[in-house]
Order: sequence, then structure tokens, then C-alpha cells
Amino acid sequence: MFKIILNSMLTIIDLKKGQKAIIGEMNSDDIPLKLLEMGCLPGNEVELVQIAPFKDPLYLNINDTYLSIRRETARLINIELKVDE
Amino acid sequence: MSKQINVALVGNPNTGKTSVFNNLTGLNQKVGNYPGITVDKKEGSIKLSRNLKAHILDLPGTYSLNATSLDENVVIELLMNKKDKDYPDVVVVVSDIENLKRNLLLFTQIKDLGLPTILAINMADRMERKGIELDVEGLEKRLNTKISLISARKGTGFDGLKQQIANYQNLSTKPCLQASEIDTEYFGALRKAYPNQDLYKLWLVITQDVNFGTTKRNEIQTQNGFTPKSTSDLKRLQQKETIKRYQFINETLKATLTKDLALAKGLRATLDRILIHKVWGYVIFVAILFLIFQTIYEWSAYPMDLIDESFLKLSEFVTSTLPPGMFTDLISEGIIPGIGGIVIFVPQIAFLFLFISILEETGYMSRVVFLMDRIMRKFGMSGKSVVPLISGTACAIPAVMAARNIESWKERLVTILVVPFTTCSARLPVYLIIIALVIPDERWLGLFNYQGITLMLLYLLGFATAVLSGWLASKVLKIKFKSYFVVEMPDYKMPILKNIAFTVFEKTKSFVVGAGKIILAISIILWVLASYGPTDDFDNAEEIVTNNIETENLTQEEIDTKIASYKLKNSYIGHAGRAIEPVVTPLGYDWKIGIAIISSFAAREVFVGTLATIYSVGSEDEQTIKKRMAAETNPVLGGPLFTFASGISLLLFYAFAMQCMSTLAIVKIETGTWKWPLIQLFGMSGFAYVVAFLAFQILK
Repeated sequence: MFKIILNSMLTIIDLKKGQKAIIGEMNSDDIPLKLLEMGCLPGNEVELVQIAPFKDPLYLNINDTYLSIRRETARLINIELKVDE
Repeated sequence: MSKQINVALVGNPNTGKTSVFNNLTGLNQKVGNYPGITVDKKEGSIKLSRNLKAHILDLPGTYSLNATSLDENVVIELLMNKKDKDYPDVVVVVSDIENLKRNLLLFTQIKDLGLPTILAINMADRMERKGIELDVEGLEKRLNTKISLISARKGTGFDGLKQQIANYQNLSTKPCLQASEIDTEYFGALRKAYPNQDLYKLWLVITQDVNFGTTKRNEIQTQNGFTPKSTSDLKRLQQKETIKRYQFINETLKATLTKDLALAKGLRATLDRILIHKVWGYVIFVAILFLIFQTIYEWSAYPMDLIDESFLKLSEFVTSTLPPGMFTDLISEGIIPGIGGIVIFVPQIAFLFLFISILEETGYMSRVVFLMDRIMRKFGMSGKSVVPLISGTACAIPAVMAARNIESWKERLVTILVVPFTTCSARLPVYLIIIALVIPDERWLGLFNYQGITLMLLYLLGFATAVLSGWLASKVLKIKFKSYFVVEMPDYKMPILKNIAFTVFEKTKSFVVGAGKIILAISIILWVLASYGPTDDFDNAEEIVTNNIETENLTQEEIDTKIASYKLKNSYIGHAGRAIEPVVTPLGYDWKIGIAIISSFAAREVFVGTLATIYSVGSEDEQTIKKRMAAETNPVLGGPLFTFASGISLLLFYAFAMQCMSTLAIVKIETGTWKWPLIQLFGMSGFAYVVAFLAFQILK
């Protein structure tokens, strides 16, 4: 049994608590500008710090900024897992 | 000649900007409004040197110049408008050492406007503990600015900052990022179309909804052979700009800032583990709310009794010193009890604002937003609606304004619509006096006061109704919207006492002054209406009463009381009250309460003042309001007027009815139409009437 994970299709919601990744491309039309301004940009690091009790929202550390966003927004942000971890 | 310069404080939320402002200006500050909009305008002044003064403006917190709310819009409006009287000679960007990277985004934007800009890095006292090292000189060079390391908590670094403000003319105005670097093609075309304008400002005018001198947004988009771009293309360019800015910032900080990551996270991780735990998080939140309301109730009791007594003594003093007559009566029976009716709940408002500002200052409020978002969304709202709902326990007006932070329109509208259900402090005096009359002052399990528990239940009822009607509203309202939710999770901080003191003082003051004016006016009108009557019955009251009771054996005092109440019944207010009596009788009230309810539509807290005015007109005896109310009898059923049934009915009526003109006005401003305030007025009040009716009929 092989489970193939296509890195390009992973998004922030696929992260486990405490896991880190690099933010990939995203469609800026659907992402609030405020989130981009907080540092959610391609190439920056994202860490899933905590998940709220009912699985939503997500508590993230993006580019040294701690913030929380909803699952439906997190789903739109592609990530690449860091290889060295 | 002494010269005055304008200084604007700008910064991200949670950077302690307001405490920096407090430190700079001390008590030399005032809070007003920007003309035409209800955004707090905080300004103050300081002396920088013998002949240089600075006017300091604390602008609303914002993450960038791309405004997403009315508050944030104030910032860009001012910084773009050279003609504004507050247009700054120098801008101080307040940032916090731990979020320097993100804070610098706003700094570079403001610097690029060509304004002299100083960077004040707050919380510098935490650097060592957090393992942060910063090469200040290197950073100054790369950013082309002056930097002050300050600590608003310790009060350090402010002399240096003032010095830098005074020397603002030496600051470089060179931009951090040339606008043309964002996209050569687009900005090249823009440059060709407008050779004499500042490119970055033009760009902001295109992307922001601001007025910019005579150049209007639409004109830029269509004139001078310039090809406009679609919204989504513009957004792509904004993203590109943000990436460019962060590239610059990352390079800059790489060379100047080092962080020991192990030290940086300690307290946050520990506290988060408990405070947003799936069980303990909620337990703690509910416990904190319970504690707050119990404390407010217990702590305020003493100052409130004191205030009540003092105003009574004042009335007596006025009556006994001033010559008797109409003017003295107006003061002792109209104005003093009226003002007393509002001063009496200053302690409670102050305590409530105290707790709310502590929750916000510590960073706990963001955790509540995080914990509650999923739950609140079930009821058509956002986690951010928790802040308005809790602020609503102080006053619905700032709460409706606090809903501005909610990004999606539908969630914001639902929040605005249901916020008036939360128990605002104007309901408190009504609740307190009714509770004191109909709920026993005993302890349950020898621990919790029954009266306190009742109050707690009323608060819960307010929240529950707000939340349930939110669910209803979200089902009924057909609004398409994009869900959108970004909340910063700030570091935990010990609150700064001075800040909290300022907040509590300012909010309490503006509340008392605002409500006070209305209450004073209404007390005077009420007194006049109660002291004069339309018919001979009023003028000849003494004769009529004396003739009627000749056969009875009454003391002079009893006769006086009878005369007074006959007078009141035949006064203007008595006529009006009896006209509406059939409407309020099924709820268990008499016409006096009816009058109090009607005058409550100006503001709920008028209720107690009104009864105070009516009853003090009706009796020569100076007693406290509570004793007077307890002595009232029910005209239809006999027995005391304030029974458990009529008391509960009254409590429920006040819990649900929309009785605040100021709230209706602010809802009109925030939603832009009278539709929503009218829905609130009739929907809530109709519901209140039905519930109060059922409660009285079932319990009586």
C-alpha cells in the first residue's frame, strides 16, 4: 500500500500541530490582503501552533506573526513541507 | 515666538501605541471625534523645548495603509491630505520589538509617502528576556531614519524620542521602496500620464477609497490615455508590492536583528495550553465572566449606597437652605434626583470598563475570539462578535462601533442587530432596584448571593437572546458574503495600570456626560409635567381632598400625602400616564411605571430617575428611592405594586425592549439606513411586551 502525496497539492489544513512548512503559491483573489500583509506570502515559513476546539479556526505562526484564520481560508494556501524535518 | 508642530502616532494594533501616547502627553490629552464619523480622536500636547511645542495625535491602529475599516481609513485620509489642519510635520511609527518584521511593513509605507518618519521600538525592556539583539545604528542606516528604543511600561527612552521629534527637520524623506519597482510597465504608464504627481500616492488613490485633493480615483483610471486595470489585477499588484516590501524588510532585519528562538516562546506556549484548551479554555472563560459580574455587583454596592444617601442629603440641604418656591422645588425635586439617578451607577460602569480593558490589555480577548469563532459562526456571527457582545454589557453604542473589526458584512450586520440584547449598564440601575425589591437578600449555600445570581441570570439571558436572535437573523437575511477572518494572537502582557486608568476614566466620563445631558433634560421636563396640571382638579387639589376626607380621622401628614398624590394624578404626566395605563396594566404595572417606561425610550437609565422624580413630587417625606418604591400599592390588584410577578415582568421587559435612541442613531450611522434600527425598535419592543405579559400572567 503506497500513499502518494503530491506536495504541490498540500495546503495549510494538512499540517499537523507543531509542524512547519513553506508557503507556496496562492490565488490572491481569494486571500484577504490583510493576511498577505501579515506576512502570509510565498516563501515564508508557516507553523501550525494550535487548532481550536471545534477544529476551526487555526492558530498559526507565519513569518514570526501569530495569527488565526479559518479553515476555509487556510485551504486556499498551498504549502511545501520542509524536507529537513 | 513659540512654534507648534504636528506629530502623528501610527502603529499596528497591540504595539502599545496608546501607552506611548499616554507616556508622552500624560494628563494633557483629550478624546473627541473626527468630524462626521464616530471614530475616537485622541490628541494631546507636549513642550519639546523652550519655544517648540508639539501637538500629538494618536491615530487608530492599523496593519497597513490599505484600509479595511472606517478606523483605518482615518489614517490614510490624514496622511494623504496636506490641507488637513492635523497633517503631520513628523510621523512616529510605534512598533513592538517582537513583531518588528510585520511592524516595518507599515513603516515603509508611511516613509514612502515622503513624510519625515521616526521609528519608535516599544517594549525594548523585553529584549534581553526574549533573547533579542538589535543593531540600532545599522537599522537606522538601512531605513534612513532615527530610531528610539522605548518602554512604555518602564517609561524609558522618551527623552530621546522627544529629542528626535524636535529635530524632525534633519530626517531623510527618501523612500524605502521606489513605487516603480513594483511593476515597471504599469507604473511607467502611470508616470507618463501624471508626470508631476507622486507615484506612490497615485497608487494609493487608485487602490484606496480616499479623497485626494482634486484628483479623483475614477479620473485617474480613465484619463490621459492610461489603461485601467481590473480589481483582481490591482490586487495582484498589491500582493507584488507587499512581497517587495517584505523582501526589503527581511534583508534589512537579517543584517541587524538576531533572535534566540528558544527564549521567545515560553510564556505564550504555557498559557495558550491552558487558556485555549478544549475544556479548560471554556471553563476559564465562563468562570472569568461569572467572577466579573459577581464582583461588579458586590463591589459597587457600597459606593452606590453612599451616592444614593448623599444625593438625598443634598436635596434636603437645598430644600432647607434656599427660600421655598418653584426654583427650589425644581432643583431639589427635579434636577438633583435626576442627576443622582445617573451618578449612582458610575461605580458599576467603571468596574465593567476596568475588567474589559484588563481582558484586552493582557491579550486574553484574542484567545476568546479564537475559542468562540466556531461556536459564534453557528449563530451567524464571528468570533470577533464576542468583543462587541461583552462591550455591550457596558454600553451598546461603543459595542456597535466595535463590530467594525468584523470583516464580513453579514456577520457584522447580525452582530450590530443583536448587540442591544446584551445587558448594558443602563439596564443595571433598573435591574438593581427591582432585584433589591423583589429578590431576597440571602445567600445560597451560604456562598452566593441570590440577588447576585439573579443579576448573573439576567446577563446570561441577554447573551442567550442575542445569540439566538443572531441565529434567526442569519437564517432570514439573504446576504451573499465572503467569509474572511484574520485575528492577531498577541503576546500575553501584564496590563499597564496607567493605561487602564486612562481608559476607565475616559469611557466612564464620556458615558456619564453623554447620558447625563439627556437625563438632566428629561428630569426637568418630567418635573414640570408632574408639577402642573391641565384642569382645575390640579389647582384645587387641597380643597377637594380636604372636603373628601373630612369624616376620616387623619393626621396632617397623611392628608398631605393624599393631596400630593391627588395632585400627581391630575398633573399633565398623570393624565398621560392614565391614558396608557390600560396598555401596561396587563404587565402588572401602574401608570407611574408606564411613564417611566415611556421616558426610558430616551435612555433606559432614566427609569430610576423618573420614578425618583415622580415619587419625590408625590411625597414630602425624604426617603430613599427604594423605600418609596416598596411602599407603592397596585391600583388594580391591591397589595404591593412591586411583587415577584410584576418585578420579573419588568425585568424581562427591560431585558428585551429596544429603548435607547442613541443606539438607534448609531445603528443608522453604521449600517447607513433606517431599516435596521426600525426593525430593532419594533421587533425587540414587541417581543418584550409579549414576554413581560406572559411572565406576569403566569406568575401572579
